[in-house]
Amino acid sequence: MEGLAESLILLLTFDPYVYNIIGLSLRLSGIALVLSTLIGVPLGTILGLTNFRGKPIVTALLYTGMGFPPVVVGLFVFLLLSSVGPLGQLGWLFSVKAIIAAQTIIAFPLTAGFTMAAVMAVDKNLMKQLQTLGATKLQASWAAIKEARVGVFVSIIVGFGRILSEVGAVMLVGGNIEGKTRVLTTAIVLETRQGNFGVAIAFGIILMTITFLINLSMLYLQKKHLFEQN
Amino acid sequence: MDQIFQVNKLQKKYAGFELNIEKLSLIKGEIFCILGPSGAGKTTLLRLLNFIEKPDEGEVSFQSHQFNAQNYNPPLEVMREITTVFQRPALLKDNVWNNIIYPLKIRKQKINKEEILKIAEELGLTSLLKQNSNTLSGGEAQRVALARALVFKPKVLLLDEPTANLDPGNIKIIEHMVTKYTRDENPAVVWITHNHFQAKRVGHRICLIDGGLIVEVSDNNSFFNNPKQQKTKDFLSGEMHF
Repeated sequence: MEGLAESLILLLTFDPYVYNIIGLSLRLSGIALVLSTLIGVPLGTILGLTNFRGKPIVTALLYTGMGFPPVVVGLFVFLLLSSVGPLGQLGWLFSVKAIIAAQTIIAFPLTAGFTMAAVMAVDKNLMKQLQTLGATKLQASWAAIKEARVGVFVSIIVGFGRILSEVGAVMLVGGNIEGKTRVLTTAIVLETRQGNFGVAIAFGIILMTITFLINLSMLYLQKKHLFEQN
Repeated sequence: MDQIFQVNKLQKKYAGFELNIEKLSLIKGEIFCILGPSGAGKTTLLRLLNFIEKPDEGEVSFQSHQFNAQNYNPPLEVMREITTVFQRPALLKDNVWNNIIYPLKIRKQKINKEEILKIAEELGLTSLLKQNSNTLSGGEAQRVALARALVFKPKVLLLDEPTANLDPGNIKIIEHMVTKYTRDENPAVVWITHNHFQAKRVGHRICLIDGGLIVEVSDNNSFFNNPKQQKTKDFLSGEMHF
């Protein structure tokens, strides 16, 4: 209870340490969300609408990516960006860029996978009809995304949830440096280990509130979709 | 006669089925009705004419363009002169107005509101324009699909049993609209139907297809009053075995 009271004080007094971490988390997650959406939605749409040689392999890789342990992705990014790694000269390790890269790699397979499923559910006759109405492939693909908009939006939200809740990979590639790469999840780990339960709970409350809002918006969308179908 | 489409030795094979169209011409300002039993190859022919399926053999000329089995990918401007209204209308999850103007939007054409409202009125859609497509009845949805096909004034209009399963009121509206469009805009219209009474009402030339082959093509009067082929006689008398 003491920890809870302390956390409320920190939040209500706008403690700069707490709010700096919240701000950084939202900023990094936002950028990773934009990147994973820019990769995941077009990739999912292409996989959902086209058939090509090697599609089963790409799809299998995507499904693997959807269930890949994030900490392994973190290790992979760490090795790539380490001073002896192929991208070591970029100097991104233990920076926000490394965190964004890891979060994007973790989230885009989810966004692509869910987008693919949503786009595949679009009426095939409609796609044929759009072609006969003179739509280019790009125009027909855009129409398919709009038709599957609820599913595509859910895919983006799922990706965001994954980005926001990620800890292992972020810790590995970001290093949890205060004022630089410390985000909500890594801060919770650190503050708990140090016995600062009030701060940890404050971060937990914020993280849970954001997650709750994400789930609320998903439920709203699903309800709206059900309403549309009736 | 102003020919717009010529088909020469067009062949498409599926497992257990073969469509062979030796020669066929489509003429501007004419409704060309295709009759035939289920599985005769009518829809396959329509898909070939709309370039959404590739033939195995043969060639097609459309206006000044030539296409053959090896080169059956027409440029966008050709694709945009031809359209199909399918038996089951497929509409966007949007309101009726946005469905109707979709072909104009993708062509970045100016939306002439008065013209669209006139088409909507003629098809009895005025009161439905703000309604979402998923609230429409089958007949209403088919009328929207026809409006959407007519707004961009295609030079070739392909109709794949557009009135199947519709009530007489909707059939009458669609027949009237297609006939009027053919008279006013001079397109070539291909209308697949199972109903030879409908073909008699709307068709200028009638074609019977059976087993992937053209049995007979003749003008409306000759086809119904003086058919040359025994199969045509059997079909019209209801004695053709499907």
